[in-house]
Amino acid sequence: MILDGKCPKGPIQTSWDRHRFDMKLVNPANKRKYKILVVGTGLAGGAAAASLGELGYNVEAFCYQDSARRAHSIAAQGGINAAKNYPNDGDSIYRLFYDTIKGGDFRAREADVWRLAQVSNNIIDQCVAQGVPFARDYAGYLDNRSFGGAQVSRTFFARGQTGQQLLLGAYSALSRQVKAGSVKLFARTEMLDLVVVDGEAKGITIRDLVTGEIRTHVGDAVVLATGGYVNVFYLSTNAMGCSVTANWRAVKKGAYFANPCYTQIHPTCIPQTGEHQSKLTLMSESLRNDGRCWAPKKKGDTRAPGEIPEEERDYYLERKYPSFGNLAPRDIASRAAKEQCDDSRGVGPGGRGVYLDFADSIKRLGEDTIRSRYGNLFEMYEKITDENAYKVPMRIYPAPHYSMGGLWVDYNCESNVPGLFVLGEANFSVHGANRLGASALMQGLADGYFVIPYTIANYLAKIKPGSVKADHPECKKSIEDVTGYNNKLLSINGKKTVSEFHRELGKIMWENVGMARSEQSLKEAIKKIPVLREEFWSNVKVTGSGAELNQQLENAGRVADFLEFGELLAKDALHRNESCGGHFRVEHQMPDGEAKRDDENYCYVGAWEFKGVDKEPELHKEPLTFENVHLAVRSYK
Amino acid sequence: MNLTLHVWRQNGAKAPGKLEQYEAKNVSPDQSFLEMLDEVNEQLIKNGKEPIVFDHDCREGICGMCSQVINGVPHGGQERTTVCQLHMRSFSDGDTIYIEPWRALAFPILKDLIVDRSNLEKIMQAGGYTSCHTGGVADGNAILVPQPAAEYAMDAAECIGCGACVAACPNGSAMLYTSAKVAQLAVLPQGQAEAAQRVCDMTDAAQAAGFGNCSNHYECQAACPKGVSVKFIAKLNREYQKALFK
Repeated sequence: MILDGKCPKGPIQTSWDRHRFDMKLVNPANKRKYKILVVGTGLAGGAAAASLGELGYNVEAFCYQDSARRAHSIAAQGGINAAKNYPNDGDSIYRLFYDTIKGGDFRAREADVWRLAQVSNNIIDQCVAQGVPFARDYAGYLDNRSFGGAQVSRTFFARGQTGQQLLLGAYSALSRQVKAGSVKLFARTEMLDLVVVDGEAKGITIRDLVTGEIRTHVGDAVVLATGGYVNVFYLSTNAMGCSVTANWRAVKKGAYFANPCYTQIHPTCIPQTGEHQSKLTLMSESLRNDGRCWAPKKKGDTRAPGEIPEEERDYYLERKYPSFGNLAPRDIASRAAKEQCDDSRGVGPGGRGVYLDFADSIKRLGEDTIRSRYGNLFEMYEKITDENAYKVPMRIYPAPHYSMGGLWVDYNCESNVPGLFVLGEANFSVHGANRLGASALMQGLADGYFVIPYTIANYLAKIKPGSVKADHPECKKSIEDVTGYNNKLLSINGKKTVSEFHRELGKIMWENVGMARSEQSLKEAIKKIPVLREEFWSNVKVTGSGAELNQQLENAGRVADFLEFGELLAKDALHRNESCGGHFRVEHQMPDGEAKRDDENYCYVGAWEFKGVDKEPELHKEPLTFENVHLAVRSYK
Repeated sequence: MNLTLHVWRQNGAKAPGKLEQYEAKNVSPDQSFLEMLDEVNEQLIKNGKEPIVFDHDCREGICGMCSQVINGVPHGGQERTTVCQLHMRSFSDGDTIYIEPWRALAFPILKDLIVDRSNLEKIMQAGGYTSCHTGGVADGNAILVPQPAAEYAMDAAECIGCGACVAACPNGSAMLYTSAKVAQLAVLPQGQAEAAQRVCDMTDAAQAAGFGNCSNHYECQAACPKGVSVKFIAKLNREYQKALFK
């Protein structure tokens, strides 16, 4: 089937404005009759729930954490992009649009990206009004910094905790609506099924993570803002609870999963220290403003970094990409780091690391300036590694960080299941095959504050509110299904723990579907994952019962979903017989090792329809057309 | 290294709890405290026993989910460090470690090391925001914020809402938590219009939720993993006085 993204026709500059006028509205007095279920309370979900509640809709918001303020958006460090052009350095909506399309390696929808760039400016205004303490210059104006993939300074920041501050802004708006009674918040609650009635999303089935109760909430529309899936690699920069579960359960009810193979491996993370490791920690990309990446020129050089003279160091990003240098986009910087290590020039334990060196910047600007810019990051680095990065260079290595792929949505952020909307990292829409730094926060808030409040009305205006009640047979069936599924997990009583399976899956994924993928490695993964999945369902040990707080059961459900989803990710990567952005197929590279796209055959969104476990998924394509940006080889040289 | 752990086990709010002893073997100094507990749990599961449940999520010290009292000190006593960022290199072979949940009247225990912190939410819902609407706000640069004010606001906004301040306070007071939000918004031009109402509503909500009063022990500041200063409590008191005279 050919999918239609339903983008507005005509000049892109006015596309969103025209579309807003063309969409239907819900009368203010009627809004309270509609109930909207928002799953996830990060930037996208929190902003959506707050904005929809404020408009007068009856909103229920759900998160698995004990507070809406703890969603993983909170961990974003560096900043948020906007086309304000405050520094007068040549930025514009068009340039942010262009950079994002190019940064995504021409695999995103133009209209969606234009809208994102357009509303980026409103986001900054909104956050300032909420009291987000953005960095200011001495005159009291907003300050900016640079990020990868851009030659202008358009990134707004709040120390190294921009995600935290933006999320607390959204959380404050949400808290205000909770007090006003327009939003009801359900914390420690996990969505385990989507209820679909007559082909439309009408509810969710959740598990209360404290009491274990499984129940259905019905509504007139469902909004998923449930984040990304890179915990499929086991070790990633995501929080421990991040999973594909909400999205995957929606896929099992008919939603299409688009471009799962587009995963972002972030270049600057703290290298792994041992088998015990439970997660990896990111060091903000903003560090590349002042840090220089290098590896020793000599293979197997075990000297301390300070003993390696200047001429024996390879500042590989500056050498390979002179115009962007250390600010090359993430996919490119990650592969370059891997190249150095594969060439036996890596540093630190196991040789899986490169240096990020601040010595020059400290000499030029002084330690105090560096401390004021990145103090908390240096502190975090020291806590984890016991090394002082003011004195010795940081050691970094790429790690899974973000998923550009997600549920397929049209221009209205509506999935192929009517009434199911998907926002933020959970959808696939704007980042193409690679996301630029400081764009995730932008997308989450754009979708939540400025897109969904308009587009959801267009759907609601067409339906009758409250048509499905909690006693509907589909709700009953959903509760039975979820209960049965959980009971099955609890009854296996095998020999291996949930974490052991997760680690094994992660190893398969990282080795075969990680930074460099080949036909052979992908086929290997597609062979191994079902075997592991089968073992899981016969040999996993989940202690306790379903009627209590049971973290093993929660985790078992998430890992079970990863064991199905991982296979789809590998299949998507195998089918996409080209390299683009974060998806690097070793068979398709330029002589200099850069990704080689195949626009003739793969300039489309690949959206997969689930047909059952152990059955072949069906591919649906949405062709991508580029009318405003010329399809070109991406160059950062 | 090998360690002896005494961990608080409690199966639900009403059930009686007690400390149980476990051995943590072959612990690597590079492991985080939570990774050490992960290993202990893996062994418990393999032996068919109930693993220890504890709150955690981001494991990089920012989400505020982790919450354990280690050897009597919330987050373990290493300066500006959450439990998840505490590494085993700060312990020695043969150490005995006591691990307990946050203890405060307003934080009922749900299970083992997990407590219910929803009372903190009530304080925020009472007024921890500016009442701006989505859209329809001024340009970001139309509101100038002098750099010292922005820095002061950011110092306060560092709070991760973990509740260590409450757990550390002999009165179980949430004054540091409340004051961080009050001070952040009171120092910014955006927060001025509602400043008086906010400080009254938030302190009332804290009291109603069962948090104690502040009597200047400053244990909260010592326990805070983000270094939030008690100067914000002074700011809250001043804002409160100002509000009373309005």
